[in-house]
Amino acid sequence: MATLTIDGKTITVVEGTSVLDAARKLGISIPTLCHHPKLSPYGGCRMCIVEIKGIARPVTACTTPVSEGMEVSTSTPYLEKLRRTILELILSDHPNDCMVCEKAGDCVLQELAYFYGLRENRFAGERRIYAKRDGNPLIERDMEKCILCDKCVRVCDEVQRVRAIEIAYRGFKSKVCPPYERDLDCEFCGQCIRVCPTGALTGKKWALKGRQKDIKEVDTICPYCGCGCNLTLNIRKNEIVRVTSKEDTLNEGWLCSKGTFGYHFVNSPERLKNPLIRIAPKSSEFGVRSSELKEKLQTQNSKLKTQNSKLFREATWDEALDLAAKRFREIKEKHGHDSIGALASARCTNEENYLFQKFMRAVIGTNNVDHCARY
Amino acid sequence: MKTEKNDIKIKVCMGPGGIATGGADVIKVFKDDLASANIKAKIGKGCSLHKVGCFGLCARDVLVDVIVGKNKTTYQYVKPDMVPRIVKEHLIENNPVSEWTVGDDYYSFYNKQIKVVLSEFSEVDPEDIDTYTAVGGYEATKKVLTKFTPEKTIAIIKKSGIRGRGGAGFPTGVKWEICRKVESDQKFIICNADEGDPGAFMDRAVIEGNPHSVIEGMIIGAYAIGATKGYVYVRAEYPLAVERLTIAIKQARGKNLLGENILGTKFNFDVRLKLGAGAFVCGEETALIASIEGQRGMPRAKPPFPVHSGLWGKPTVINNVETLANVPYIIRKGADWFSSFGTEKSKGTKVFALTGKVKNTGLIEVPMGILLREIIYDIGGGIEGGKAFKAVQTGGPSGGCIPAELVDINVDYESLAKVGSIVGSGGMVVLDDTDCMVSIAKFFLEFTQAESCGKCVPCRVGTKRLLEILDRITAGKGREGDIELLEDLGNDIKLSSLCGLGQTAPNPILSTIKYFRHEYEAHIKEQKCPAKVCKDLIEYGILEEFCKGCGACLRVCPSKAITGEKKKPHIISVDVCIKCGACFDVCKFKAVKKE
Ligand SMILES: Cc1cc2nc3c(=O)[nH]c(=O)nc-3n(C[C@H](O)[C@H](O)[C@H](O)COP(=O)(O)O)c2cc1C
Ligand code: SF4
Ligand code: SF4
Repeated sequence: MATLTIDGKTITVVEGTSVLDAARKLGISIPTLCHHPKLSPYGGCRMCIVEIKGIARPVTACTTPVSEGMEVSTSTPYLEKLRRTILELILSDHPNDCMVCEKAGDCVLQELAYFYGLRENRFAGERRIYAKRDGNPLIERDMEKCILCDKCVRVCDEVQRVRAIEIAYRGFKSKVCPPYERDLDCEFCGQCIRVCPTGALTGKKWALKGRQKDIKEVDTICPYCGCGCNLTLNIRKNEIVRVTSKEDTLNEGWLCSKGTFGYHFVNSPERLKNPLIRIAPKSSEFGVRSSELKEKLQTQNSKLKTQNSKLFREATWDEALDLAAKRFREIKEKHGHDSIGALASARCTNEENYLFQKFMRAVIGTNNVDHCARY
Repeated sequence: MKTEKNDIKIKVCMGPGGIATGGADVIKVFKDDLASANIKAKIGKGCSLHKVGCFGLCARDVLVDVIVGKNKTTYQYVKPDMVPRIVKEHLIENNPVSEWTVGDDYYSFYNKQIKVVLSEFSEVDPEDIDTYTAVGGYEATKKVLTKFTPEKTIAIIKKSGIRGRGGAGFPTGVKWEICRKVESDQKFIICNADEGDPGAFMDRAVIEGNPHSVIEGMIIGAYAIGATKGYVYVRAEYPLAVERLTIAIKQARGKNLLGENILGTKFNFDVRLKLGAGAFVCGEETALIASIEGQRGMPRAKPPFPVHSGLWGKPTVINNVETLANVPYIIRKGADWFSSFGTEKSKGTKVFALTGKVKNTGLIEVPMGILLREIIYDIGGGIEGGKAFKAVQTGGPSGGCIPAELVDINVDYESLAKVGSIVGSGGMVVLDDTDCMVSIAKFFLEFTQAESCGKCVPCRVGTKRLLEILDRITAGKGREGDIELLEDLGNDIKLSSLCGLGQTAPNPILSTIKYFRHEYEAHIKEQKCPAKVCKDLIEYGILEEFCKGCGACLRVCPSKAITGEKKKPHIISVDVCIKCGACFDVCKFKAVKKE
C-alpha cells in the first residue's frame, strides 16, 4: 500500500495503482482522451498531465504509478494552460463539423472543448484530408476526425486479439488503418467504435438515425448465443437505432458483431409475429435430393412475402398450439414416445432449455434430447 | 634496405568521408600499381594495404598515409590518378611528392585533440580481429572476466565518471549498477547504433573504424550487469557498419570471445544485430526496444525504465556506441586515467562531427570542457572564406544555437545546457554570416516534424504548427505576434511531450529566438532576410555599372530569366527568375546583386 496526497487530499491505495486511478477514487476528475480503464496505459493525449512535487516536468497521471508520500497537483493554472494548448492543437487538426456529426453530444472532445471554452484557435493550419472512404459494410471510419488516441488499436489487440488495425505513417501524417490501407476486413465486433472518444468511428447503419440525446435506452439480453451478453437497445421513435452495452455487466460492455450490428431483424418486415399453419401439401418435398430442396427453398424464401398465403395461413397461438399437441399425441400413440426426438437451441437461455428438456422427458416421455451446439 | 622495404605501409582513409570521395578506387589503383611495381622495383612482399577507419579530417579526403620505415607522409585530396605518381616518386624513387602532402594546418587539426575511442583507428583493420588484439584489444575482456567481479567492474566504470554519449548523459556506471541489482532470469544489453540526427556520423565512424571496441564494451557491460544476450540496433542505412559488425561478431565468436564459456570462464554471452528501418525516434530507448520486439517504434512513458523492464519486459541496459567503445580503454588504462580528461562533472573525451563553415570539417575527439573557441579556431581552422563566425549548432535537432559571443564557453554537458543547447550525440554545425537563423531553425524543425512518431499530441501536431509558422515567416508572411506564439507553443511542447524528441524539438527555434530575435523581426516586420537566404525575401538583379556583358550568368541560368547582348549590361526578368542564385555565384565581376 502507498499513501499519497492529491490536491491536498490523502488516500491510501495498493502499490502499482496509477495516479489517475487514485485521483478518481478521491472523486477528483482529470480529463483524458486516450485512457481506458480496461486497456493498457498509453500516455498519448497528454491531457492527464499532473505535477508531482520533486519532478521537474509534468507527468501523465495514467502512466505514473503512485509511490509513498507522493504529492500530486492536478489542476494548477500551469497545467490548465498546457491542457488548453494541447486541446487547441487537437482541434486545429479536427473538422469543425459537430453540427452534422453522429457523435455530437456524446463526444469527449466536444465536451472538453466546451469546458475549456475553445472557440478561436491560435494554431489553425493544415488539416489531414482523406478523400477515400473505407468501403467496409459496417464501420464508418472517418479518419479526419481521428485524434490518434490509439484506443481502437489497443482494444482490437488487447481485448479482441485481432490486430486488424495499427497506426501507420509518422508525425502529422500518422493514421490508423488496416494493413496496406485496404478496406477494413475484420470480425466487425465494433469494439473500436465503443471506445472511440470522437466521431471518427461510428456504425454505418446508424447514420442519420438520431444522436444520443434523443435516445431511450432499454436493457436486454442478446438473443444470439448462450453467452447472454447484456445489450442496451438505443431506441428512438420506437426503432432500434443502435445497440450498445454497459460496462458494469458480465460482458464488461464488449459485444460481438452479431450483438452490435445484427439487430435489424427486430424491425424487419419479414419477421414472423404470428404462428403460421401450412396449407399446401408437403408430401411432394420428400424424396427430393437435398441440393434441389435447397434451391427450392431458396426460391420459396424469396417469394415468401408474396406467396406466403399459398403455403401458410396465419393462426392464433391457441390454434397453433392445439394443432402441435394433437400431432404429437398422434405420433406418440402410433409410433411410441421414443419416436420423437428434440434439438434445443444454443440461442435459448438456460431457463428455456431447462423447460424444454423437462417438457420432452415429462410430457412427451422421451430422453431423445440434444442440442444444436453439438452439430 | 631489406627491412625498409618490408616496412612500407599504405593507409587509405575508408571512413565515411574517404568512401564518399572515392577511397575504394584509390585503394584499387594502389593495389594494381604496387603489384606491377612489385615486379619492376621489387618492393618486397611485406607491403600491407590497410583499409583504415576514419582519419578525422574529412574535408581533405581521400587522405593517404604512406609510411616508409619510421617516416610517415600524409597525402591529402588523393584521387586515383594521383596514385601512380606517388608510387613512382615516393616508393620507387624515395622522393615524396611534396606538393600533395598535408601542411602545418593539418597537424593543428590534431594538436588539440585527445583520442580515446578514435585512438587506434590508424592501427586497426576493422575487418581483422588480430590487428585489434595486436594493439591490446580484448585485454580488458580477459582482465574483467578472469580478475574482476561484476561489482568491481561496475565500480571502475563508476569511478571513471563516464556519462552516456547518446544524448542524455546519464552516468553509465550507475545505470549498470541499477540493472545489476535487479533480480531476473534474463537480462539484455543493447548497443544503440541508430544514429539518426542529420549531420552526425560519430557512431558510424566508430563502428566502421573499430567495431571490436564496441563489441568488447558490450561483453564487459554484459558481464557487469549479468546479461547473456546482446543486440546491436544499427541503422540499415549504414551497410558498411553492418558488414563490419557482422564480420567482427563472427571473428569474436571464432576466438571464443562471444558464445558459451567465454575464455573458459563459464560466462556466456552472444550478440545479434537488429537493423533499424531509418526512423529517428527508434534511437529513443523505449521505441528502440519496441522495434526489436517487432512493434511499431513508438516510445512509452518511463517509469518503468529499461533497467527494470526493457526488452521483452526483462532488465535491459541500453548504451550508445561511443559509450561502449570507451569501456575497454577505461578498463585497460584505469578509471583515473579516464577521469584525468574533462571537467568535474563531464569526464573523458567526446567525439564530435564538426561540419558547416569551418575550414577543417571532420570527426574530432576532444576532452570534455574544451573551449568552443579551440574547437572552431584551432581544430576547425576558423571560418572558411574569411567570413564572420556567427553561431554553432550543437546537439542536432534536439540542440540549440550558441552565438559567436559565447565562443569562450566550455563544451561539456552542464555548460551547454546552461546556454540552451546540449552536447547531444555530438553534431556540431558551424554557421557564418551567410546563414539565416530562421532557416536553420526551420531545417531542424522539418526534420523533427517528419520524424515525430505521432503518438503524442504536442509533438505530432505542435511541431507541425511550429513549422507552419516558420514557413510563413521565411516566406515574408509572418504576422505580428508570431515570435511570441513560437515561444509560447515551443515551451508548451517541451513541457508536455512524451519523449525526448518532442521535449527537445523546439530547442533550435527557442535558442535562435533567444540570441537572434532581430533576425526573426526583420523577416516579419521588414520582410527582409538579413543573411539573404530566404528566397521569397530576396531578389536578384544586375548592377549595370559592373556588368561586362560576358554572358556567364545568361548561360548558367536554368530558367532563362537573363537576357542581354554581348558586352552590354544584362537584365534579369524578376518574374521568370527562380532565385537559384547560379548567376550570383558565377559572375566574376560582382555585378549580380542579391537583396
Ligand atoms: C528521439 C531520440 C533519438 C535518440 N537517438 C539516439 C541515437 O541515435 N543513438 C543513441 O545512442 N542514443 C539515442 N537517443 C538516446 C537514447 O534514448 C538513450 O538515452 C541512449 O542510447 C542511452 O545510452 P547512453 O547512456 O550510453 O548515452 C535518442 C533519444 C531520443 C529521445
Ligand atoms: S479512431 Fe477513434 S479510437 Fe481510434 S485512434 Fe482515432 S480517435 Fe482514437
Ligand atoms: S514526443 Fe513525439 S516522438 Fe515522442 S512520443 Fe510524442 S509524438 Fe512520439
